[in-house]
Amino acid sequence: MAAATVRWIQHRARQAPRGRRFFRHPLAALALGVLIFFSVIALAAPLVAPYLATHQRDIVLLQNQPPSWLHPLGTDLYSHDVWSRIVYGARVSLAIGALAAVMAVLAGTAVGAVSGYFRRWVDAGLMRLVDVGLALPRILLVLVVVALFGRLSVVGLVLLIGGTGWFATSRLVRAEVLGLRERAFVDAAHALGAGPGRVIARHLLPNVAATVIISTTLGIGHVMLLEAGLSFLGVGVAPPTPSWGNMIADGAPQLVAAPWSALAPGAAIAIVVMALNAVGDALRDALDPRQEIP
Amino acid sequence: MTKPLLRVRDLRTYFVSEHGSGVARAVDGVSFDLYPGETLGLVGESGCGKTVTGLSLLRLISEPPGHIRPGSVVEFEGRNLLALPEAELRAIRGNRIAMVFQEPATALNPVLTVGDQIGEVAVVHQGLGHRAARAVATEMLRLVGVPDPEERVDHYPHQLSGGMRQRVMLAMALVCRPQILIADEPTTALDVTIQAQILELLDRLQTELGMAVILITHDLGIVAGHADRVVVMYAGQVVETAGTEELFRRPLHPYTEGLLASVPRLDTTRDRLTGIPGQVPAATAWPGGCRFHPRCAYAWERCVADDPPLANEGERHDARCWLLAEPRRRVARP
Repeated sequence: MAAATVRWIQHRARQAPRGRRFFRHPLAALALGVLIFFSVIALAAPLVAPYLATHQRDIVLLQNQPPSWLHPLGTDLYSHDVWSRIVYGARVSLAIGALAAVMAVLAGTAVGAVSGYFRRWVDAGLMRLVDVGLALPRILLVLVVVALFGRLSVVGLVLLIGGTGWFATSRLVRAEVLGLRERAFVDAAHALGAGPGRVIARHLLPNVAATVIISTTLGIGHVMLLEAGLSFLGVGVAPPTPSWGNMIADGAPQLVAAPWSALAPGAAIAIVVMALNAVGDALRDALDPRQEIP
Repeated sequence: MTKPLLRVRDLRTYFVSEHGSGVARAVDGVSFDLYPGETLGLVGESGCGKTVTGLSLLRLISEPPGHIRPGSVVEFEGRNLLALPEAELRAIRGNRIAMVFQEPATALNPVLTVGDQIGEVAVVHQGLGHRAARAVATEMLRLVGVPDPEERVDHYPHQLSGGMRQRVMLAMALVCRPQILIADEPTTALDVTIQAQILELLDRLQTELGMAVILITHDLGIVAGHADRVVVMYAGQVVETAGTEELFRRPLHPYTEGLLASVPRLDTTRDRLTGIPGQVPAATAWPGGCRFHPRCAYAWERCVADDPPLANEGERHDARCWLLAEPRRRVARP
């Protein structure tokens, strides 16, 4: 199904130069297919997963079962079906990734645009804040928060990761806005009576859309890795709610006895992050205005 | 005589260099009047302050590095635009006084359709909705003579030719039927035939809409054909102002004389074009005395020592030159 969707998108996209440039990237079609596949199974989890994520089949007899027809990816120490947990874990991991990345990019874009447009003390103030944000290691920051407030809910995790992830984006957007604001069309917009808000929203932001979209795509991958890392350390998503990160953490101790229980979520993370990076690269090629033939 | 629509008095726009190399006095005490319905040509070489003058009228100078000195006055309908709060000025920009820029290729936003950009003016000043703004945009495109306006309204700037883009710029400026249009070298980036079309269009729209136009240009040919009166600028100052015919028949300032002499003509045979020796000095270091004296063929001690005032000589004909006081000096140095 994912393959069919990709083929349909590909067919439509080839009609525009941007679409053709997107699919010129060797892995774009495959990566897009991977993302569509995981999104679909996450959305349709109850239909795709044979068991509930927290359903323990038989805690005595069905521990660490190898893959079989009944359990395509085997079972883990707690006799959960690994495939079902991958499917439900996709919901959690992808949702955290997407929400936190979107939140970070929105915040970063707003700060970057305001900073680049107004310059002077606004810029100086906001950029010092960004410097501080960039100087602090995120993992450490999250560990401190957890130490202070205890285990975070999924929403809390999204807010925390999103709230600490916008610094780099704001730098990117600010740099672009600094260049754009010197362009004649900004003067022209002012001359026609547009105020700062309108100039930023209508004239500057559409011109940084490419940067923002690429930044979001790559950001989702970063956030997913971060969430996996945090869950692995035991401060991310709390079990029994499955996330790919805490599945690795659960599976790691019996890596020899039942390698599938840690390798399956590990492979899922690796594949999705690589797919996101490939799509980000392809988008960069597709949306770069310098490749536009006038 | 009718009351002027726009009164500019002692306009001074300075730029402070970040590297501390001094203050560039790009516009240094410019005064002129604009009367309803007329076309005023603002001419001079590159670097003499024409464009900065045009931008300063609507306070479009970016600060820093630029700033308009206190004491400058741009009076429009009894109010000094330079002292107005930003919000009130915004209601005038694009509405009562509009501006057309030199390079239509860069003055249009590449990622918005021309319909969006024209319609935006109506959204800002008339509070129209998206649909109504689009209808206005289509109508404006028709007014400025863009063929197939219904189709063109959805095109992006890069899909249009240079002449079409300048028509779009005009359409944007004219949405609110402004009383004053400031056109900063509107045809410099275009080739001659398109240039003629755009200027003709400008003339026609001016008559139809009854607006006053400030035509900023370095091309005396354009001034001769399209302006009613001319302000000649040199080194940030007005050096001469007169009716177009009067100026071409009887130029008083040596700089104007030089400009006129440097225009190629069909009715005389010359091997070489005459130029004005030297170039406009840097705005950070205008010469003392008369600013034109280093390049002037008539200059004498007085020109080096003292700055001449802008003196009246005949009806609505002013010039800034000591020759008006001592006409017998009008003999070129050997």
